[in-house]
Amino acid sequence: MLEQKAHMRRLSMLDGRREIRHGDHVLLRILPAAARFVLRLDAAGLERVGNAASLKLTQPINHWLAFQGGMSVRLGPDEWLLLPAEEDLPADAARLESAMADQHYALIDIGHRNIGFELVGIAAADVLNSGCPLDLGFRQFPPGRGTRTLLGKAEIVLLRLPDVTGAGGPLPAYRIECWRSFGRYVYDFLEEAARQHATSE
Amino acid sequence: MSSSYRLPTGGRIDRGKPIVMRFNGREISAFEGDTAASALLANGHHFVGRSFKYHRPRGILSHGSDEANALLDVDRGGNRRDPNNRATVVEAFDGLSLRSQNHWPALGFDIGAVNDALGSLFAAGFYYKTFMWPQAFWKALYEPLIRRAAGLGIAPTTPDPDRYEHRHEHCETLVVGAGPAGLAAALAASEDRDARVILCDEQNELGGSLLHDITSIVDGRPARQYLEWAIEQLQVRANVRILTRTTAFGYFNHNHIALSQRLTDHLRQPPSDSPRERLWQLRVGKVICATGAHERPLVFAGNDRPGILLAESLRVFANRYAVKPGQTAVIATSGASAYRSAIDLRAAGLDVTIADLRHETDCGPELAAALHAGVEVLNGHAVVCSRGRSRVSGIVVAAIDAAGNAGSRRVLACDCVGMSGGWTPAVHLFSQSRGKMRFDVALDAFVPETSVQREVSAGAARGIYDLSACFADGYAAGGALNKAVQASPSFVGFKPARVLEGGGTTTGEKAFIDFQNDVTSKDIKLAVREGFTSIEHVKRYTTTGMATDQGKTSNMNTLGLVADQLQMPLPAVGTTTFRLPYTPVSFGTFAGVNRGRLFDPARETAINDWAAARGAVFEDVGMWKRAWYFPRSGEDMRAAVSRETKAVRSGVGIFDASTLGKIDVIGPDAAEFMDRIYTNAWSKLEAGRCRYGLMLNEAGYIMDDGVVARLGPNRFHVTTTTGGAARVLTHMEDYLQTEWPDLQVFLTSITEQWAVIAVQGRYARDIIVPLVEDIVLDEQSFPHMAVRSGLIAGVRCRLFRVSFTGELGYEINVPADFGESVWQALYESGRRFDITPYGTEAMHVLRAEKGYIIVGQETDGTVTPDDVGLGGLIGRAKRDFVGKRSLALPAIKAQGRKQLVGLRTDDPKLVLEEGAQLVGDPGRPVPVVMLGHVTSSYFSAHLGHSIALAVVADGRSRLGSLLYATTPEGFTSVRIVEPVFLDAEGVRLHA
Repeated sequence: MLEQKAHMRRLSMLDGRREIRHGDHVLLRILPAAARFVLRLDAAGLERVGNAASLKLTQPINHWLAFQGGMSVRLGPDEWLLLPAEEDLPADAARLESAMADQHYALIDIGHRNIGFELVGIAAADVLNSGCPLDLGFRQFPPGRGTRTLLGKAEIVLLRLPDVTGAGGPLPAYRIECWRSFGRYVYDFLEEAARQHATSE
Repeated sequence: MSSSYRLPTGGRIDRGKPIVMRFNGREISAFEGDTAASALLANGHHFVGRSFKYHRPRGILSHGSDEANALLDVDRGGNRRDPNNRATVVEAFDGLSLRSQNHWPALGFDIGAVNDALGSLFAAGFYYKTFMWPQAFWKALYEPLIRRAAGLGIAPTTPDPDRYEHRHEHCETLVVGAGPAGLAAALAASEDRDARVILCDEQNELGGSLLHDITSIVDGRPARQYLEWAIEQLQVRANVRILTRTTAFGYFNHNHIALSQRLTDHLRQPPSDSPRERLWQLRVGKVICATGAHERPLVFAGNDRPGILLAESLRVFANRYAVKPGQTAVIATSGASAYRSAIDLRAAGLDVTIADLRHETDCGPELAAALHAGVEVLNGHAVVCSRGRSRVSGIVVAAIDAAGNAGSRRVLACDCVGMSGGWTPAVHLFSQSRGKMRFDVALDAFVPETSVQREVSAGAARGIYDLSACFADGYAAGGALNKAVQASPSFVGFKPARVLEGGGTTTGEKAFIDFQNDVTSKDIKLAVREGFTSIEHVKRYTTTGMATDQGKTSNMNTLGLVADQLQMPLPAVGTTTFRLPYTPVSFGTFAGVNRGRLFDPARETAINDWAAARGAVFEDVGMWKRAWYFPRSGEDMRAAVSRETKAVRSGVGIFDASTLGKIDVIGPDAAEFMDRIYTNAWSKLEAGRCRYGLMLNEAGYIMDDGVVARLGPNRFHVTTTTGGAARVLTHMEDYLQTEWPDLQVFLTSITEQWAVIAVQGRYARDIIVPLVEDIVLDEQSFPHMAVRSGLIAGVRCRLFRVSFTGELGYEINVPADFGESVWQALYESGRRFDITPYGTEAMHVLRAEKGYIIVGQETDGTVTPDDVGLGGLIGRAKRDFVGKRSLALPAIKAQGRKQLVGLRTDDPKLVLEEGAQLVGDPGRPVPVVMLGHVTSSYFSAHLGHSIALAVVADGRSRLGSLLYATTPEGFTSVRIVEPVFLDAEGVRLHA
């Protein structure tokens, strides 16, 4: 998994763009460069591995579970998006690889394919719903849910994170993942959608 | 201001906040809470515009969104001007500027008013009949003239400075309309605090008819107090979202409802961060349409004169806006509700006379109430016509006996008239939901009968007009059955009246059915006489029911008149289809944020910013921005491209190929899958080697192409065209999931994981050598079409020895966040060889010199591998692959198919136009048989002459022959040559 030998800084599409904050209503943070993997396992593979690799894979589709500080999002019957806390997932990957041995699976490094955002605030769902047609009601899309969806004309993966404690009480929080070339569009879209909350501070 | 038009007390205007506005440049005073219409009336302006066709003086007809007459040009300041605003829904604020429309030179003196006298020329369908000859005059003269003379306001010419937003939302219940029924429905539906309820109303405050009801007692309280109580109840419920100034204008499948919310139009200084309007797209569990009803005008000669309003609207202006619309009012009616208007106007100090088509015996308690209030009532009287010029001065009425015969006439002097021809439920949304309606004879209206979505109509929207009944119906619709609200009884019921002719003798003046389109009763009758019997045809022929009001006031009068003329029962005539939007919606609302940089995502590569800083000119390829060429100072495109192509041929160039689609194909059946998807054979391809792959669709035509590397026994790194990336992945997934679910293969898009840097030219190896570790680069160890994994500039890479230029070259895949840094390292390393960044245009020229096709340029979806000379890429031993069966069809093997060839022009400088047609003999009479067309055409600086690729019928058998290509100047001769212009042996590739 080692992708670089000499030290070289990762350049983000969003370098130079700043976080956006409108009081407790909207806080949009660009997440630092991180590791990400797509894991593909068929039903037999899942049965074989289960949660053995500590990766947390058996949740229902469109839910995520925490593992060792990271997140495992099940996006389909045979597809997971792994968002490890560290730059790599050597230990887990090694366990997975030994569990799967010669079996059919795919573990693809997509750490540079995606860009991540965190969106927190009273108005976070409203901001997302400017471009996302999903029902983000607190009961309908509670913490623990995660799905592939749309934001305007960009495909995103949207995760509802545990609420964040704000000055006036808990604040809903989301993580947004998109492909890097859509990153500027997604940022600009969220910035525009958040603007109306600038005056509601 | 003259206070004689403003009542001393009452109304919902804020008398503590006086404001000044302008109407046609003149100051008018108003209060916050006024609409443009109420402000104009409070300043004595009844005459506010001229009509569409006849330029007749027109006033304010209604008090709401059904307004057909009073269309104003509204300037909110700061380039916020737009025409065709209904005065009745424009909220007043200090500094608002209003202008009347459709007149020249002035409202009071208008040249176009001559149309009124020439009315016989402008009968229904006049433009189909009058301007027929000579034909050439239509485009040049008639159409421009008609467009200028008719038409409504003038479109703004400056860019819209406002912002607009879209919002998706879900709720269990949507209540449309916040009148008595809607409020009750929202109260009932929100009792369950887990159920999300949205209550929307087009007005600035909730309440509907309760806002101007100053007499009813509801559950022991005045109606307004009850309203305040109901609003408070809703406001404290966290599960209720109240949207005022919000119109539900579209009802789609699956209870998908579109709302238009107006956020800032009522503000003098809109906050810069707020959108002006918001488009809500709701997905709703249950929709409650509490949309109320529209009052019908009476159709009589001169019923459009300023000062003649709908009866309920007179009541609204008096009660809600404290406007005194005149001194002496006539209420012309055929029903009971207008008596309430008469009584309220009498209470406001006007002298009021009711002329009721109904006889005393047909009346209910409203008659005694009116008489008790001091209103004069003339029962059994029809209106013959109105008197006056730009303001009504009197009404001529005639007594009608029980048999319907007209008797003596009398003139009722007055300065305002309220007319009421009964009520029409607002079934627009219900109709949009595809619900089935039923004609109710007693109500003389179509009412909702069968819902086809989870929807229920409540209150006046389904013909329930009594206040208590409306509350009960609303509660029931919201889920609270048997909830009773005690309210004062309402005056309900009316006698349908089609056209009041007062005994048949007409004054020659027009009786309008559709005010906005200037459609008269005569027009409708004419249309029927001319054979239009379908209501949809009558609508289109006469234009009744069109434009901004969409026939809200005219619909039932039209239907009734057509039914009478055809001597058919009204339900047999049917009704026109109600379409969205219910009321006009601005383009901005639909556009939302989708303009400027947010119109479409502009996908940029990791090297984009480096190229932009170097002055690259970009082109759009799909959603991608690609560096097109890198002009140096003084260079035009051709000079830059010539320099870039020469550099690659004689030295070395560097190119950003990151946008190529990339798919990781993994699994024990990966090779089998590739065999089936591509024409080529993959099973024998060794790991570490690449192959050019060709992909067909089911019809056997070329769909995509690209270099594929085999990384291991079970793993392929597939590349696709830039534009085809998503399509190819979907195509592959489709086959994997639906046709071959037995194959163990996983596909993952890695397009954006890797930045791809192409280094092409004889020095390419020299440049990368110092940067590469773990890969032996010499010709034997790493030949053309090989792939290796290693490090470059310290970064893990997948290094491809491939070429789309015909030169020695590499495509270096590195994780995208390192793309720019590795590019910089290569650029530095290449300085000693004068490395030249080149763009997509140079890339196109270079590949065309080598005769390499581009899918989508040489192919157009009807081209087979053999057509472009790639028949050798078909794995003939393979049992099957997508498109194989089609390649065996006779038409695919037939003679005469267009084949890829090269073209040389006689004039070496002449660059043919791409798309130019090719013919054998330009001297033949038109139409000449076209043999093919130019697919790619460039000037080759390296070769010193122009080159072109073309597809030509049986082209390969025509090598050496002459054809003729079209150019803007005429035909030019071209010679057919091999499609490879350079290094056919491929020596350069292996340098």
